[in-house]
Amino acid sequence: MGAGHAHRLYLPGASPVHRLPPQTKIVAVVAFVLLVVATPRERMWAFGVYALLLAAVALLARVPFPTVARRTVIEVPFVAFAFLIPFVAQGEKVAVLGLQVSQGGLWDAWNILAKGTLGVVASILLAATTEPRLLLLGIERLRMPPLITQIAAFMLRYVDVVTAELGRMRVARASRGFEARDLRATRVLARSVGALFLRSYERGERVHLAMVSRGYDGRMPVMHDVGATAAQWTAAALLPSAAALVALTAWIAP
Amino acid sequence: MHVPDGFIDAPVSIAAGAVAVAGVGIALRGARRELDDRTAPLAGLTAAFVFAAQMLNFPVAGGTSGHLLGGALAAILVGPYAGMVAVSVVLILQALLFADGGLSALGVNIILMSLVTVAVGYGTFRLLLRVLPKTRASVSGAAFVAALLSVPASALAFTLIYAVGGTADVSIGTVAAAMLGVHVLIGIGEALITAVTVSSVLAVRPDLVYGARGLLKPAELRTARPAASQVRGEAT
Repeated sequence: MGAGHAHRLYLPGASPVHRLPPQTKIVAVVAFVLLVVATPRERMWAFGVYALLLAAVALLARVPFPTVARRTVIEVPFVAFAFLIPFVAQGEKVAVLGLQVSQGGLWDAWNILAKGTLGVVASILLAATTEPRLLLLGIERLRMPPLITQIAAFMLRYVDVVTAELGRMRVARASRGFEARDLRATRVLARSVGALFLRSYERGERVHLAMVSRGYDGRMPVMHDVGATAAQWTAAALLPSAAALVALTAWIAP
Repeated sequence: MHVPDGFIDAPVSIAAGAVAVAGVGIALRGARRELDDRTAPLAGLTAAFVFAAQMLNFPVAGGTSGHLLGGALAAILVGPYAGMVAVSVVLILQALLFADGGLSALGVNIILMSLVTVAVGYGTFRLLLRVLPKTRASVSGAAFVAALLSVPASALAFTLIYAVGGTADVSIGTVAAAMLGVHVLIGIGEALITAVTVSSVLAVRPDLVYGARGLLKPAELRTARPAASQVRGEAT
């Protein structure tokens, strides 16, 4: 579900968050999200503190709050799902605004909304402060097989070309009076998908030949390395460390 | 339908991550066998294709629309391992660059939308082709059934993971019924698109449909044979 990914999340900048090596940021965000997911849902204050931590990062990175808010729409299908849970969950019923809803269900809905939103905002901040190309270098530094990052790099490089191709097909269909109204449109749309596949795959073959003729032997040359110093790791660890403190308190405190 | 953070608890998310790493590792080795040194550019372009095809919304019913998951389609077109790798890469980039699907749930998402859809889709496709006559119609028919089954299978796998590590107190029966109901509908759309797409690729480049390789004769270039008198005329 959702409507595809029309715009990129990266916001160019030179803040301290932007300048951190990508692998440190990825580790920090993944650790942060796991800590959030592991926090007991009854400790509402903990989620408030997590939100404040993310807000601090956003301020430091000079990512405007409205931008972050606009981009959280990606989780809308799950928000809708979360609102349904209190009505279908089992357990003790309580009256809210004159409606009988499950008490456990309310907690479940809160749980998904809070953790899901924190996760989305953390990912948005990561994507907003790290260039896509650097993100790939980062996951490669984190022992992701080089072949995966190569494939991802090719996808990233050509996704705009392929999407533009799809856009031109849409214009071509529209200018011939086509409008997708019901299932009968499937035939036409699927033909477009078939043509798109052929054009993408054949482009891939040409790209491969071009690469071979320039000496490609299965590995991409390393243009520059993104090593991280201990100080940079420490700086990136600030967010998950603070989150770990909060999570620990939430586990221990009554 | 990308699972966000907080939907599945932390231990199960981590375990799913480990399973996904193992699965993608195996797929990667297989993809290298399928595509050798062309793996990176071809799987990359296939991933870009899957990504773009997911943007194509098709109308389902009553004004709602669905979009392609593409697992079964990718597997039939480029092979099961390369398809798995391509769809997994799409999911990784969607989580990293577009915040679609939680980072802690990336393992769950890869299992559901890449490993399960490809394994069920491609398995069904090959099984059907073994019993069906070797014609173009049966290839697209098999693609239809494969895609149709792959989507509810993914929903079923979600229900299983949810039964182990779900955070909401909703009975498994309710989850299974809701997930299956919605995904059978989505599956029909997926199946239609997949079948027509496979059949239109078959018509133009049958050699590019991995799943039906060797089944059909390659398309041959046919030109009208020039009349004998004409040929002689040209020679003089």
